[in-house]
Amino acid sequence: MNLFKRTPIAPLDYTRRLWMRAWMGGTLFFLYAPLIVLIAFSFNDSRRNIVWRGFTLKYYGKVLENDALMAALGNSLTIAFLATLFSILLGTLAAVMLWRFEFPGKAGVEGTMSLPIVVPEICMGVAMLVFFAKLDWPTDLPWPLNLSAITIAHITFCFPFVAMVVRARLASFNKEQEEAAKDLGASEWQAFRDVLLPHMKPGIVAGALLAFTLSLDDFVITFFTSGPNTITFPVKVYSMVRFSVTPEVNAASALLIFLTILLTSVALKLQDFTKATA
Amino acid sequence: MSDKPPVISIRNVTKRFGNMVAVDNVSIDILEGEFFVLLGPSGCGKTTLLRMVAGFELPTEGQILIGGQDMAGVPPNQRPINMVFQSYAVFPHMSVADNVAYGLKIAGVERSELRTRVDEALELVSLGGLGARMPDQLSGGQRQRVALARGLVMRPKVLLLDEPLSALDAKLRAQMQFELAELQDNVGITFVTVTHDQDEALSMACRIAVMNKGDVAQLAAPSDLYEYPANRFVADFIGSVNIFEGKLSVDEPERAVVDCPELGQVYLNHGVTGAHETTVWVAIRPEKITMLPVGQAKAKDSPEGSNVAHGQIKGMSYLGDITIYDIRLDSGRSIRVSRPNLSRWDQDEFQWDDKVSLCWHPSSPVVLLS
Repeated sequence: MNLFKRTPIAPLDYTRRLWMRAWMGGTLFFLYAPLIVLIAFSFNDSRRNIVWRGFTLKYYGKVLENDALMAALGNSLTIAFLATLFSILLGTLAAVMLWRFEFPGKAGVEGTMSLPIVVPEICMGVAMLVFFAKLDWPTDLPWPLNLSAITIAHITFCFPFVAMVVRARLASFNKEQEEAAKDLGASEWQAFRDVLLPHMKPGIVAGALLAFTLSLDDFVITFFTSGPNTITFPVKVYSMVRFSVTPEVNAASALLIFLTILLTSVALKLQDFTKATA
Repeated sequence: MSDKPPVISIRNVTKRFGNMVAVDNVSIDILEGEFFVLLGPSGCGKTTLLRMVAGFELPTEGQILIGGQDMAGVPPNQRPINMVFQSYAVFPHMSVADNVAYGLKIAGVERSELRTRVDEALELVSLGGLGARMPDQLSGGQRQRVALARGLVMRPKVLLLDEPLSALDAKLRAQMQFELAELQDNVGITFVTVTHDQDEALSMACRIAVMNKGDVAQLAAPSDLYEYPANRFVADFIGSVNIFEGKLSVDEPERAVVDCPELGQVYLNHGVTGAHETTVWVAIRPEKITMLPVGQAKAKDSPEGSNVAHGQIKGMSYLGDITIYDIRLDSGRSIRVSRPNLSRWDQDEFQWDDKVSLCWHPSSPVVLLS
């Protein structure tokens, strides 16, 4: 095995030096130990989360039977779906605009568009709260409409991510391809549909997954914009923790982690694909 | 050929980008069925001119007619021409057959006709049977053939090619030069090609427009460009040449003499239409100069007539088929002479620092007035 090779360590062979390995191990430990503990104790057969009492799946069953929690999950998924849809539209169009056109104030538009990414979430949350209060946004609408405030808030911080990913993808586009399409008789729209859109697709899909996961596990901004009837999954988990940290909370969190990991890895895979075909 | 109407008529076309004049009042008629080449160094405006014909740039002034119709206000997708782009611009997400079929689909060509035409076009560029491949499974040369087929399948009046061979390696480029010329001959479509490579232009073209700084320096057939360049730019750009400045001292219908301070008197067996004592330039191609060991020239009494110069070999580069000699003349100027290696020992006849005599026929030098 490579790790125990007896050949001398080359000057740039940092990964074979002891101090480097210790450092890496420490980093990985602090990163992942809490998550591993969380997931491990979601299988703990005990009301209290302190002592290991044996393996069980019953808290996963309990989570799935918890109607309030499932309603919150439904809300979260609905919000994430809608926010993703609008983020794709807005983000893609913004990316195409910034890529294709030169106009006065372009630098300003580019800067302000990434503002939702850099502004602290707590500020965004407070800003959204004040904004919707000032507008007197109705809170007593029937079900999907009562999620509108949260959805709008989520679109605000999700679409710049889509725009960034799509813009990066567009940088590798060969404009001669679009000209070739037009040269062969395609109209502006046909050239967009047949040449530009297929090129952007991996970027759009990656951006969409990014937007979906961001929206799904957002807590801070959602906390400020949600009402008593519009609890989302992360907010619900938070309220459960305030009473006691039971394995049920662990199980719920673990589920969210699995969902996020799944979506993120799909997004990363697609970005690899993006690079490979650029 | 001259009785056919021009298929493309470029009339007094000027293109400015801000203060920069890219194309300066150019007028060219391109005839039906010819292989026309726009040749020039980078930045001479040749690509801009081509893109104006394709419709991707609009002329600032002037008119472009295709098949007798004014193209002002006609967008690229409605012009009866197609273009092969420098990057080939093959659509990476479509198969070879779908690439070639794209224009026909947009035009709404019926499915059965579409299939036969696509197959024909692929056959024409020797890509038969590769229709199902994706572009990333093709070599650079094959991708270029796809781009060619994609244009040819539309049966355009004119096919425009922007630096079609620049992305290929040297061997493939030489092969494609022949193939392109043959293909053009077969399909009978007018080809207009842009290139900066003179070999490419000379080998493929019926006529060449040499461009310099937005202007057409000369428009002629390849051999005329080489043997009868109109000015110093063309003489220097096409092939290699020795240019000497001089004054016209004798100018008769059958005879002329140019006094070149760096070369001596150059005798010509034809007249030059220029005033006495005007400054002219004499251009002599390296292969039209005969080199002899210094003693022999006198013994043979200069077989090339009265044009003789003397010098010393200061550089040699052996290229296999020819050897190029750099000779320092008695005046101190260098002159380049090339000599074919007809036998296997020819390159050994001259060595560094040998004193040599150079002679050339009075018909060989070209007198340039600008």
